[in-house]
Amino acid sequence: MAMGLSQEGGLRGEAASTPFDGHARRTERSRMVQRFLRYRPGVLGGIIVVSLILIAIFAPLVAPYSPTEKVGVRADPPTSEFWLGNDEIGRDVLSRLIYGARVALVVGIGAIAIAVTIGVLVGAASGYFGGKVDTLLSRVVDTLMAFPLLALLVTLSALFSPSLRNVVIIIGVTVWASYARLVRADVMSLRERDFVIAARSLGARDSRIIGRHILPNIVGPVIVLASLDIGSIIILESALSFLGLGVRPPTPSWGGMLSAGRSLLRSAPHIAVAPGIAIMVTVLAFNLLGDGLRDALDPRQRD
Amino acid sequence: MLQYVAYRILQGLVVIFLVSVTSFGIMQLAPGSPVDILIGEAQVTQEQIDAITAKWGLDKPWYEQYFTWLKNVTTGDFGRSVIRTGVPVRQMVMEAAPVTLKLNALALLISVAIAVPVGVMAAIRRYSKFDYASMVGSTIGIAMPNYWLGLMLIIVFSLKLGWLPPYGSGSWQAYVMPVTVLAIQEMAILARLSRGSTSEVLSQDYVTTARAKGLRENSVIRRHVVRNALLPIVTIMGYRLAFLLSGTIVVETIFAWPGIGQLLLTSINRKDYQVVQAIVLLLATIVVVANIVTDLLYAYIDPRIRIR
Repeated sequence: MAMGLSQEGGLRGEAASTPFDGHARRTERSRMVQRFLRYRPGVLGGIIVVSLILIAIFAPLVAPYSPTEKVGVRADPPTSEFWLGNDEIGRDVLSRLIYGARVALVVGIGAIAIAVTIGVLVGAASGYFGGKVDTLLSRVVDTLMAFPLLALLVTLSALFSPSLRNVVIIIGVTVWASYARLVRADVMSLRERDFVIAARSLGARDSRIIGRHILPNIVGPVIVLASLDIGSIIILESALSFLGLGVRPPTPSWGGMLSAGRSLLRSAPHIAVAPGIAIMVTVLAFNLLGDGLRDALDPRQRD
Repeated sequence: MLQYVAYRILQGLVVIFLVSVTSFGIMQLAPGSPVDILIGEAQVTQEQIDAITAKWGLDKPWYEQYFTWLKNVTTGDFGRSVIRTGVPVRQMVMEAAPVTLKLNALALLISVAIAVPVGVMAAIRRYSKFDYASMVGSTIGIAMPNYWLGLMLIIVFSLKLGWLPPYGSGSWQAYVMPVTVLAIQEMAILARLSRGSTSEVLSQDYVTTARAKGLRENSVIRRHVVRNALLPIVTIMGYRLAFLLSGTIVVETIFAWPGIGQLLLTSINRKDYQVVQAIVLLLATIVVVANIVTDLLYAYIDPRIRIR
């Protein structure tokens, strides 16, 4: 449903923009909000994402037990006392799941921030200056994209000590290539547009043209791609933890919980089931939110 | 055309060069001195250390080391495993490669055979129940972590029902779960892309023309829509290779398949960096070559690409 099943519409029946700039901007913004609200799955995704962020921030208040201490019977299935059961050393699975949201969101949002920063800078330089700068930067982007992401990530994680900070940095510096490509293409077409040519002929410097006239026009597509990518980053982070190369125990991470549950698949499958569903719901929520944002911010991109 | 081919190949060679520098650089990041990395925990004499130092030029500056390394690597000499002492890295990779190839080729074949028709169908019957169901399925498939799906399949089909072996690669039954996991991940993406590509073609003027001149809907779809919609999908397949190879690392580990992915992980855990470096270099080079081949293929099929 996500891509393209959204209802047609958006530009019909809206008031034409008035000569007053402030008013025009306000109607454009309310149009965006309307377009976003019209795509129900996107709204649902947004609600889930906001709830997850709140759960992560207020984890100590929400979680019924400590995430790192033994509170019940080892590998006990779900009961009325422990809703999702206990893990391999008797910790409460639900509480660990709630704290695990912190790792997932910190890595997802932190890594995307790094990737967007590098990608936008590289892409803007590449697209705006063209020529040799573009050739060089484009080959660097090609090179990064040639490595299967997980192969690069497991190798880099093995070389640096696995801490939360290092995981964020390692993922951030390996996934920026797609932003560079996106921004490069957009900047190349914007560079030839009349308002940029006008600014240049009025004597604006490159930094001003990029900062004031070009970057504001690529914010939409970048936000859309970023919200869609947070999901894949959360999957990558949990894959690293699952393979024992991510955030170290006892810090609760969803991938690490899955990995621990793997050895008890026969006697206590509930340990492995729960974190997988948490990952899936989170990724789904970000993806739906991204689709909704695309409808709102970048209506041309819709298929 | 010839100019385009030459340009594209040259571009690919530059990328392969940068890939090799990166792979070499990764080794330099490894903790410990290069000699320690190359001998591991094996008991060696001073002469052996000297021989290794001379072979890899470890007493020279790093750029000379790089060229020595590059020369060895281009002749197929990736050094020897420090864990399985004496076994050449090349041999280990050659033993593992066919396993990975079989697994991924099968998964790719199955996912294309299912996902492309589903995507095309979904676009033709846009907003139908079929479209809705397949896109919900694909959305969930994209959000589902493949290692979790693998574990769930093991719980149901191995532990509860006892139909399939939970790991190993001996019998045909052993293929079912790993191939399913790899294929589902790929299918989810491919179905979406095929749907997008088909609906774009459906809105083209030549489709309207074909209908207007009275062609039956069947031939419009077969001759005008599907043919054109498949083109971009072919190119995407080349670029998807890197993603597929990412998936194989996890799948081989879960189902204990002795392929490249498992070799990479065990080598990382044993700090056998020679093997790690060889695999990373190999995988990236395969991806670059596949991308060049796809681009050239695309340019051959679709002349519009050549004129840029």
